[in-house]
Amino acid sequence: MRIPRSWLEEFVDLTEGTDDLRTILDDLGLVVEGIERVGEGLADVVVARIDEVRAIEGADRVRLVVIDAGNGPVEIVCGATNFEVGNHVPFAPVGAVLPGGFEIALRKMRGVTSNGMLCSSRELGLDDDHQGLMVLDALTTPRVGEGLLQCLGITPDVVFDISVEGNRPDAWSVEGVARDLATRLGRPLRAPSLAIPNSPLQSSTFASAAVDDPDLCGRLTVSVLREVTVGPSPSWIARRLKSAGMRPISNVVDASNLVMLELGQPTHPYDADHVAGHAIRVRRATPGETLETLDGVTRELARAGRGLGDTGEDLVIVDGDDRVMGLAGIMGGASSEISDSTIDVLLEAAFFDPMTIARSSKRHGLRSEASNRFERGVDPNLALRAAARFVEILTQSVPDLQWLAGPLDVWGAIPERPTIELRSGDIERGLGVDLESAEVTSLLEGLGFEVVARDQSLLVTPPSSRLDVRSGAAGRADVIEEIARLHSYHRLPRQTPTWPEPGGLSPRQKMRRLVRDVAVDLGMCEAWTPTLGSDADFDLLGAGRERVRVTNPLASEESVLRATMLTGLVNAWGRNVERGTGDVVLGEIGMVFTHPGSTNEARTTKGGVGGSVTLSLPYENERLTIVLGRADDDATTSVALWAALGDRLGLSDVVVRSVDDAPAGFHPTRSAALVDRVTGTRLGFVGEVDAQFVTTLVPSVVNRRLGVLDVDMDILADWSRVTRRSQIAVVPSRFPSAALDLAFVTPTSVHAQDLACALVASSDLVEDVTLFDVYRGANLPEATRSVAYGVRLSSPERTLGDQEIGALREALIATAARLGAVLR
Amino acid sequence: MTSSPLAGLADQKSQLLASIAALESLEQLREAEPRLIGKRSVLASLQKSLGSLEPEARREAGALLQEARRVVESALEERRALLARDARLRLLEADRLDLGDVVLGALRVPAAVGHPGLVASTQRELEDVFVTMGFNVADGPEVESDWYNFEALNIPPAHPARGLWDTFYVDLGEPETVVLRTHTSPTQIHLMEEAVRSATLPIHSVMPGRCFRRDTPDARHLATFHQIEGLVVDRGITFAHLAGVIETFTRAYFGPDIESRLRPGFFPFTEPSAEFEVTCTICRGGGCRTCSQTGWIELGGCGMLDPAVFDAVGIDGDEWSGFAFGFGIDRCAQMRHEIADMRALIENDTRFLRQFS
Repeated sequence: MRIPRSWLEEFVDLTEGTDDLRTILDDLGLVVEGIERVGEGLADVVVARIDEVRAIEGADRVRLVVIDAGNGPVEIVCGATNFEVGNHVPFAPVGAVLPGGFEIALRKMRGVTSNGMLCSSRELGLDDDHQGLMVLDALTTPRVGEGLLQCLGITPDVVFDISVEGNRPDAWSVEGVARDLATRLGRPLRAPSLAIPNSPLQSSTFASAAVDDPDLCGRLTVSVLREVTVGPSPSWIARRLKSAGMRPISNVVDASNLVMLELGQPTHPYDADHVAGHAIRVRRATPGETLETLDGVTRELARAGRGLGDTGEDLVIVDGDDRVMGLAGIMGGASSEISDSTIDVLLEAAFFDPMTIARSSKRHGLRSEASNRFERGVDPNLALRAAARFVEILTQSVPDLQWLAGPLDVWGAIPERPTIELRSGDIERGLGVDLESAEVTSLLEGLGFEVVARDQSLLVTPPSSRLDVRSGAAGRADVIEEIARLHSYHRLPRQTPTWPEPGGLSPRQKMRRLVRDVAVDLGMCEAWTPTLGSDADFDLLGAGRERVRVTNPLASEESVLRATMLTGLVNAWGRNVERGTGDVVLGEIGMVFTHPGSTNEARTTKGGVGGSVTLSLPYENERLTIVLGRADDDATTSVALWAALGDRLGLSDVVVRSVDDAPAGFHPTRSAALVDRVTGTRLGFVGEVDAQFVTTLVPSVVNRRLGVLDVDMDILADWSRVTRRSQIAVVPSRFPSAALDLAFVTPTSVHAQDLACALVASSDLVEDVTLFDVYRGANLPEATRSVAYGVRLSSPERTLGDQEIGALREALIATAARLGAVLR
Repeated sequence: MTSSPLAGLADQKSQLLASIAALESLEQLREAEPRLIGKRSVLASLQKSLGSLEPEARREAGALLQEARRVVESALEERRALLARDARLRLLEADRLDLGDVVLGALRVPAAVGHPGLVASTQRELEDVFVTMGFNVADGPEVESDWYNFEALNIPPAHPARGLWDTFYVDLGEPETVVLRTHTSPTQIHLMEEAVRSATLPIHSVMPGRCFRRDTPDARHLATFHQIEGLVVDRGITFAHLAGVIETFTRAYFGPDIESRLRPGFFPFTEPSAEFEVTCTICRGGGCRTCSQTGWIELGGCGMLDPAVFDAVGIDGDEWSGFAFGFGIDRCAQMRHEIADMRALIENDTRFLRQFS
């Protein structure tokens, strides 16, 4: 909200400079997001009269203008054309510095010297008009040589753009901000001058007000104003509205806006002639009703919305014919708008249920200055005070205005004001320091709280403007925040807490770090790919999978939660290829999602209003996915990467096992599952990316081998499903080992790693078995290959003798034979 | 009707279908295609011959011919798909590799130089600071119910405060009941519920993680981002402790000459609430463009846990009190490395990734 300093000063004396004031406002939680200086840098600008306009030879865009600013003729080169001889315009002489620090110097254009500049209103920082010079004759009665500020009646001012937090409905007004300042600075808060009804006629003889639904409308006041002449506002009002960011419209509408900005109470003026029976009534809208709002849109009312818990409740203002005139607290209709011919005005000032306004305005997509205030909670006691201020302001342009006695005032249900007990020690328990009771009382009273001391406690009742203050323990926290805020957060102590419990990472988190470190050590550049992908990307994963869809995506390519990171990584790799930087291993540790309807691992949780519904949420699976995109990468380098990773993770029994059901995107015949031999659990997959999949995502890349590794981190973290190397250290034998090589002709259906494991298990004396060659050739029987192992044998107790080694060799061969492997 | 040019259509059609069925490779198919359905095909010449018919007959014959063409063309496409599948299977078969037979010792694996992600390493550094301060680290899900993301955090349905978070809703359950978490705060609720259930209060935890807001990405915001949040629930915890933790963290992470300050703010789940700012790391407090000449950079939000939140999770606010704070991990990385445009973080440009260790 934009608040001019001069407006604040009507409520409280301010001696502080702009920067100090900004610091104080920030410290009060009224954060200053911007500062605009109005009329700054205009001290040197004076009023000049145009005496002559001449063409400059060879120039078609600029002309020579001779002016008089009180010291005789001055020649200026000027590009604007929106003026005539005799007009008065602002003139910045050489040496003047305009807003924004632009210094006027002698300039030569087309061989003609320009002795200063004639200005548009934008150049002067007065508004956005840059159509031409600011012609003063249209605005006022200018005098040659007079200072521009004086001529326009502008006092230099500073406008603070203040961001008001959602829990400060009271601060969404000049008076509210001034109240905070006055309390902080310990200065009195001045009240604005208010009109009183000046007609003996009773309002009820002219108009009526009724509330059908007192639960939604806590108060309805209607003031009757007669003999109104609609016209422009006095210039100070127009200027003030403009500096606060609102457009002046007419004296009546302006007065309404001014009061809203000043006090925080939205009001609505109706042309009484267009209100049937001069009757204003508030009721719930009924299904089927419509309203054309001021923005020209026809709205269907009382229709349940999509929002959670939105029953479609709308509150409307109707006239004596039950005709809908407006959406209460949000926006009026066109039919009863104030016009130039309006003579009698019915001014509505009310209190509406905040939640009703919030829901209604959200559902209709209608936000207004009024709804923003009502949905946060307007002071229910403010209505008639605001009406009185409205009349006071309007009287300035309509001195003969008649305000009928006994404004109509109908009450419904308004929120109860809680009384909060602040017990001795509560402040210290909250803030870590006790504050003097006198300070607490004076801060709270400055904000309009009532404070009564009783025993060791303070009984605190918030003002009606502070609907944000709750009751009970929550209210106590609210009050303590107010005390801390006004006292200043900066002045509160700081204390680093200690506790006996040690901090640390969980085994899962340590494992995640290890995986990341090892993967990086092994060459992975860690990527961050999108969690949300396109339908087309999801389609690549094959049919029959339900997708988890976002209801309101920013773009259709970002509407489905990813079921794999492979797509994102290949895409990221593809973009690097296009940049010539594709020689890289890209990987990510992140979540992928499975629709709750397609998994047994859906998460159930509570949701809905009050958490009363049981919801089934997607299975979130943490995975490590790596795409190997270097020149020589393929399925084999992926296996090598896995072998190193698995080794570093201490996995002792995971084997690489070719499968026919590799996940979508994997090469169907060059992929394998990572299987724990002991538990049978599949930890993930390794292999190559299907070249077709790559080409679909990266059309410029055809027939390219990309390695891939995809590991389920949830399984990796689960010690019951993955076998780790024993924690018990094996001290290698002091005696020399014996080495022998064994090559077997083995059916292709026998896994080389299974055979190796069997060999290791065949005797305690087998220290190690390493596959060193696989040979397939025509000289071998159909469906077999030769696998060759290096075997190391050793005993912790002795050097193995030849005979013993020979026996072991036979035993190894026999073990292999049981798997169908024949010594070659 | 015997004079109709389409008299032999049925035969011609079955001949065409037979030749399609006889095609044995994609090459054959490509070669045969013009003959089967192209301009020189039987179908095309039949089409031409229709010109001589009366309009009524022409329409009828045209429809018949059209139908025949449709059948032939779809048979051709089916055949094409089948042959393509066969060709692919043959290729795949030729390419088959039993990964169990990979001989690691025989591989020449390229020398490895990898780089951790900037966000991940920033997250780790932040975690480490908090771990040394006595915090645990807790993870939480990215898809949440509205109850955890909002209502338990004192943001009831349709409350205007929900508008503070531009929420992505997920198409599950009743409308607006499932969301992509807009902050890591729901993890607070999970932690408190769990601690109540298992009677393991106090809690001293930080919760890092990925969050989502429906916000068009620009230089300072990404729709997907990472947050770290802290939660302390213990006996005798005050606002002074909150300010102390923020201060200790600020100096530990940003350096001893960086200060923190709190100013009042609003979050539905904390009261009193504060925004916390740290000395601008660019100008060290002197005032520069980054900090709009204020010398301070807004980093995050914090506050004492609101009694309404304690009520939601069933913690006795007379015995326990606590605070929470949260800020952006990406934002810390951005500050530390002076990254002008956050979007660099999600572009995965190798040249960018390789700078960080």
